[in-house]
Amino acid sequence: MLTFGTGNKAVAMAVRDAKPVVVAAYPITPQTEIVEELANFVTAGSMAARYIPVESEHSSMAACIGAAATGVRTFTATSSHGLVYMCEMLHMSAGARLPIVMANANRALGPGWNIGAEHSDSISMRDTGWLQVYVSTVQEAYDATLMAFRIAEHTDVLLPVMINLDGFLLTHITQTFETVEPGDFLPPTATPHAIDIKNPGGYGTLTPGNTHFTFRRDMERGMRASIAVIEETEADFARRFGREYHLYEEYRCEDADVVIIAMGTLGKEMEVAVDILRDEGIAAGAIRMRWFRPFIVPDLDGKEVVVIDRDYSFGYGGVLAGELQAKSGCKPFSVIAGLGGQEVTYDDIVEFVRIRKPGTEHWFGVVD
Amino acid sequence: MGCPLSGLAGNEPTQYFIIIHVKYPNERLYTMAIPDEEFLLKTTSACAGCPSSLILRYVTKAAGADTVLVIPACCTSVIQGVYPTTAMNLPVYNVAFASAAAVASGMSEAFRAEGKKTNVICYAGDGGTIDIGIQALSGALERGTDFLYICYDNEAYSNTGMQRSGATPLGAMTTTTPGGKKDHKKDLDAIVAAHHPVYQATACAAYPQDLYNKVEKALSIPGPKFMHVLAPCPPGWRFPSEKTVEMGKLAVKSGLWVLYERENGKLTITGASKAAMKKRIPIEDYLSVQGRFRKITAEETVKMQQMVEDTIVRLQREVDGIC
Repeated sequence: MLTFGTGNKAVAMAVRDAKPVVVAAYPITPQTEIVEELANFVTAGSMAARYIPVESEHSSMAACIGAAATGVRTFTATSSHGLVYMCEMLHMSAGARLPIVMANANRALGPGWNIGAEHSDSISMRDTGWLQVYVSTVQEAYDATLMAFRIAEHTDVLLPVMINLDGFLLTHITQTFETVEPGDFLPPTATPHAIDIKNPGGYGTLTPGNTHFTFRRDMERGMRASIAVIEETEADFARRFGREYHLYEEYRCEDADVVIIAMGTLGKEMEVAVDILRDEGIAAGAIRMRWFRPFIVPDLDGKEVVVIDRDYSFGYGGVLAGELQAKSGCKPFSVIAGLGGQEVTYDDIVEFVRIRKPGTEHWFGVVD
Repeated sequence: MGCPLSGLAGNEPTQYFIIIHVKYPNERLYTMAIPDEEFLLKTTSACAGCPSSLILRYVTKAAGADTVLVIPACCTSVIQGVYPTTAMNLPVYNVAFASAAAVASGMSEAFRAEGKKTNVICYAGDGGTIDIGIQALSGALERGTDFLYICYDNEAYSNTGMQRSGATPLGAMTTTTPGGKKDHKKDLDAIVAAHHPVYQATACAAYPQDLYNKVEKALSIPGPKFMHVLAPCPPGWRFPSEKTVEMGKLAVKSGLWVLYERENGKLTITGASKAAMKKRIPIEDYLSVQGRFRKITAEETVKMQQMVEDTIVRLQREVDGIC
């Protein structure tokens, strides 16, 4: 059904259509609209989920853990301080191999208070064992949320999935989008280690080092297997519903000498920048990284690389630039831009390409 | 796919009951059927004389097989054993320190949504309840979670080697209060009572029948239930390991620990505390037999005694409907 709404609303409608059994909800700007919409759906009877209004984000993930442990589909949403407050529970949920789905509205962390878009919140949760996908349009927010359930619940994966959408830049903008009737695109959950009263066992008991080690190896096995599951899920989605997604999205890259790489809404802005640069005679292309975990490295051989990070790892550098450099051997021009919701236009991105110096770092708008 | 799920518990449960008839002074006859079936199996990793495992044994007997235990970091994390074995013959979900009540919320809602009546019981120590877990507990009680939260209170962080908690009483030495604690024990029961749970009770490891009755009653009522169970800890409180029950009885006889239940707001004093409401042994008889109170001052002892008297008066007024 063709409709229109914000990124938040699209996420909420995808969750409604995925029919979770338990939703845990705690408000935080700029995600709040998601849990409000879900409350409306439950109240109106268009969604049968149990809605748990928890008292903190730590508890929202805890409630999802408790529910998912019984084998049911669960969802929650958060942002920024909420996400880092539940950090412990992100480790616990992934370690327990629970296929929880969560939307994160990317937002800066304090101090001082800033509610603008920034990826530092989710990037700092990078090593928890959660899959992370970054979306760039309202339609993609809907589609990725729906697909997240299938990917997380796949028995080859059984890891939680975080859908990241830029705070305000996507959570609060309105676009038209199409909802679908998922049908058997989303099979019922079949968590193999769900709590079974008739077959009692201990979950997360004291675990000796060697065994802990094998559990961690198993998590990585699930993470690596997720690449094929994501591809298969995205292919099936395209077959059924006609919208195509890939691990990363390329724009005019075939003959490009220089590629711009970013995540989230900047990834769409880049496409306009590429067109302008092409008009100027610069053979530019763009790669929008959709999945940050698992981390999939595009082929960057023989290309100059400009990476825009809406995050920063203090004492290290832009995280996306660093990871691309480590995995591909490229020497990116690392641009730090858009922190705290700083406005970055396609003209700015064009300028990044013009001033590129491989192997150096540039903080947009900061005079040293 | 591997996951941290321990192997299954071993023995086949036997299904017969021991019927015990108990007559408390001036009381009606209680008929108790404590099942012989064990859910806490032998060879746990508990310390000698451990009250936490004693309490858990009766809690699980009262709860029965259709039960999941949610356990945050506490002594029971260790007591249940090391992967791939478990001493529990029930599903046990081990969770992060602060999260037990919130995990139980999600679990209970999921079971109810699926039409299952499975008991969800949080079994948590005093640190995981009174300190780090109190926010989650408060939230779960407030939003009416259908579960039973049991705090077994050994009055310190015992699993980490006996550090001070909000439940440590005045004057008690711990490894972080080597000179004796200078602050009072936090009144957890008053905090819980402020949430008006459908059922609230205290119990003590030394009175398993009273404990069993209360767990059984609690689980028969839908909604949020809370129990606070005193757990005299031999290594922590520094008394010989064969004296766990004796120590619990001294706590009750001195009036320091009062056995009661509050059902829909109505308070009833239970078991041995009925006598203690009228006549008590001096608090010194309880303090002097525990090494942890070696440094308690005379002034602190007087304060402790006064606190006991104040609590008794307050509870009696509530029973009499005066408060």
